Amino acid sequence: MSISSSPTLASGTPAASGVAGPIVLETRDLQKKFGSLVVAKDISIAVPQGGRYALIGPNGAGKTTLINLITGMLKPDSGAIFLNGQDITQMAPATRVKRGLVRTFQINTLFPTLTALEAVTLAVCERRGEAGVWWRSLPGYGEAIAEAYDILSSLNLAADCERPTRELAYGQQRLLEIALALATKPSVLLLDEPAAGVPRSESAELFTAIAGLSKEITILFIEHDMNVVFRFASRIIVMVNGSILVEGAPAEISADPRVREVYLGSGYHD
Amino acid sequence: MSETAIPSSIQAAPASPAATPVDPSSFLRDKVRWRWFETVFWLATLLPFFVAETYLILASQIAITALFAVSLDLIVGYSGLVSLGHAVFFGFGAYIAGLLSKHGWGEPLTGLLVATAGATVLGYLISFIIARITHFALIMVTLGLCLLMFELANKAHWLTGGDDGLQGMSMWPIFGIFDFDLYGYTAYAYSLIGLFLSFLVIRRIINSPFGLSLRGMRENVRRMPAIGASIKRRIQVIYTISAGFAGLAGGLLAQTTQFVALDALSFQRSAETLVMLILGGAGQLYGGIIGAMLFLVARDQLAGMNPQFWYFWLGLLLVVVIVFLPNGILGSLAKLTSRSRRKP
Amino acid sequence: MEHRALFRRGRLSRPAYPNVNGLPVTPRIASLLFDGFAYGMLLFVLSVGLSVTLGMMNFVNLAHGSFAMIGGYTTVTLMRSWDWPFFATLPVAFLMAAAMAVVLERIVYRRLYGASDLDQALLTIGIVFMSIASAAYIFGTTQQPIEMPAYIRGRVEIGDFSFGVYRIFLVCAALVITAVLVLGLDYTRFGARIRAAVDNQRMARGLGINVDWIFAVTFAIGSGLAGLGGALAIEVVGLDPNFALKYLVFMLIVVAVGGMASIRGAFITAAMLGIIDMFSKYYVPEVGAFVLYAVMVGLLVWRPAGLFARR
Repeated sequence: MSISSSPTLASGTPAASGVAGPIVLETRDLQKKFGSLVVAKDISIAVPQGGRYALIGPNGAGKTTLINLITGMLKPDSGAIFLNGQDITQMAPATRVKRGLVRTFQINTLFPTLTALEAVTLAVCERRGEAGVWWRSLPGYGEAIAEAYDILSSLNLAADCERPTRELAYGQQRLLEIALALATKPSVLLLDEPAAGVPRSESAELFTAIAGLSKEITILFIEHDMNVVFRFASRIIVMVNGSILVEGAPAEISADPRVREVYLGSGYHD
Repeated sequence: MSETAIPSSIQAAPASPAATPVDPSSFLRDKVRWRWFETVFWLATLLPFFVAETYLILASQIAITALFAVSLDLIVGYSGLVSLGHAVFFGFGAYIAGLLSKHGWGEPLTGLLVATAGATVLGYLISFIIARITHFALIMVTLGLCLLMFELANKAHWLTGGDDGLQGMSMWPIFGIFDFDLYGYTAYAYSLIGLFLSFLVIRRIINSPFGLSLRGMRENVRRMPAIGASIKRRIQVIYTISAGFAGLAGGLLAQTTQFVALDALSFQRSAETLVMLILGGAGQLYGGIIGAMLFLVARDQLAGMNPQFWYFWLGLLLVVVIVFLPNGILGSLAKLTSRSRRKP
Repeated sequence: MEHRALFRRGRLSRPAYPNVNGLPVTPRIASLLFDGFAYGMLLFVLSVGLSVTLGMMNFVNLAHGSFAMIGGYTTVTLMRSWDWPFFATLPVAFLMAAAMAVVLERIVYRRLYGASDLDQALLTIGIVFMSIASAAYIFGTTQQPIEMPAYIRGRVEIGDFSFGVYRIFLVCAALVITAVLVLGLDYTRFGARIRAAVDNQRMARGLGINVDWIFAVTFAIGSGLAGLGGALAIEVVGLDPNFALKYLVFMLIVVAVGGMASIRGAFITAAMLGIIDMFSKYYVPEVGAFVLYAVMVGLLVWRPAGLFARR
């Protein structure tokens, strides 16, 4: 397996160096089915702080479903979810976000007519508990606006921040997805195919941003591009048909014949 | 790209505003600035006092309906909800103000306050239902509540006067000085001030962080919980506020005409106001006001017209506007001006 | 003491309770039940099309009542101007309404398939306004009485009970239509395609089903049924230009409470609605439609998707 020459997050994380941080995100035996269709079976994962976990698997394996379950958009039939040791299984999605569990969407779920600046400012205000204020004018919240602007700058969106979201290029919109997530100051970030639909020429920016995220943030990301996975992930979880097939370090996974058979196929080279 | 260029702002420490080369706040400030044509508009509303005195009564009707339309805009245009029965609050406010006056208390300002408070409470109670349902069920529930209240008021003859309307109101002069004269000077001044002050408050709400979150809800309701927003609570708050302003408008109607007709609670009124809003442009701040002006002036001018013609052309106008001008008149104007202003 | 007429004419009134030879007949519970059920069957025929198209196309079509009106006026015109027998006009009423639906769908509706609920509602309200105004212009604003053949106007006596022949016919017609719909949906290929399009539009398209065409045909059939209902309704509730709005509320209630795209739900809800309305009109007329609306709101808050929703 080739490890790219530029420093990656993988080599710097505690997990790769053999020291595991405290478990921040944990699921125990999550089950979910729609009628006779099983979308989640015995899902148990434990992600330590600072971990960079990749979730891979063929289409329909249940990866996005798992994220929906973890964030509360979907209720599990049984099983439990823990954030920083606390049981959040019954918690509303918005409350989970306030506790630091944040996700991005595979398909852009943005605010079409809001400008990028307004969108991120909204997310910042929500976090700061200022979004319920109806008696003060928005421009008065300089700190929140400045913070939003900083986030946008870090993702190279500052120049276009005054344009409505729907006028941004697709790659910029994907970055805005991440900006919205960052504005909520996540401690656990779930990225659902962050580079989905972004041509290779534009995705470098995206990955720089992701690579630049603080070591204290725990990341679980769904990805199909194996190069990306092996560059960023310290650990890989493979899902097939709603169940976890295997979990391990990148080297183990790439060597596992079952994984190759199910997913990697002949396109992968050693 | 080296990893050392990690933006410090993404980490735990808050950003320092001084570091930003461009002031983003100025952009947002520019958006909420009071524009010159707004000043012109509000000055123009004083014209009926000097130029068109015979139309003062109509003008006060327009002001009242405009306020109702703007209150509806908060829900429909800014929050993205549907309401086919908003007249419930308008009529409720009207009847409260009317009943208060009929039974002895004719002081306008306190009466208006009570009417507004009553409508606000009603809105608060109903908002619990509204916050929990969506789509078709929401349409039906808002419609059902309006029809329900109408029937209630219709049957409660002894209280509301039913079909004949609430009669026997008599208003005391405002501040003890300004009598509600037959020409409508006081009525129009009263309604106009009511509209203007309410408008200022509503404008502030729209330009606040709360207003931004409402627009977020309208644009993508799915994303809101994902950034930590509690949709239910937001809906409840805006619904309550909107009901309050609708009730205020209703109270103004009752007091300025000294009569409350059953029509104040009707589906007809809800639908007409919705039409006015769509005409002028929902979510455009002045859309409700412009729509109310156009609609009521047209109806007044075409009053001699066969009612069937009126409904036909109204229907046609509605279809044309929805298909070709989905953002109403103001929205289309805004699009035109922004397109011409766009840098190449 | 003020004496109020048993059935006041309000915006959503129905004509006075049917009487025989000018003398009011004391209805018994069975009679009320049967007449209410028959009325419910009429509502079912009027509403079932709306239920399916709303559930399938997700298009808020408040102009459904207009299609009913078209059917009604078609029958009136054919009978009055061309002396057609009543039963012969029924298929034509169906076809006229269906044809209008196709035209409207092609020209206007399909532009707004992705639009918001509000826009669709307002667009179709605009169409309702136009249809009411047109009907008033062409036919005048008064009710349109038609002469039913004698054999259908009478009553049938079974022991102590008497039932109107026309209402028996209504019930039979509705049951036949229900059977055709249910069998058609469950046992024909076209029915299977409709069910697929309702359940999962995207998947259906992916399977090569021409969903747009299915929409158009289903919409035409549903609106045609409304037209048929409108024609059948003349004898029971009368026809005037306000028909489109007057009965729209009841059609919406049937669909909302019954659950979208549920024929069973529409059937049961319509039947209950008819019966409840008949009983409350007779026993508690001073309350009026208030109870109906309150119950509807309550049911929708409890089960927003309808009592018999598919999902």
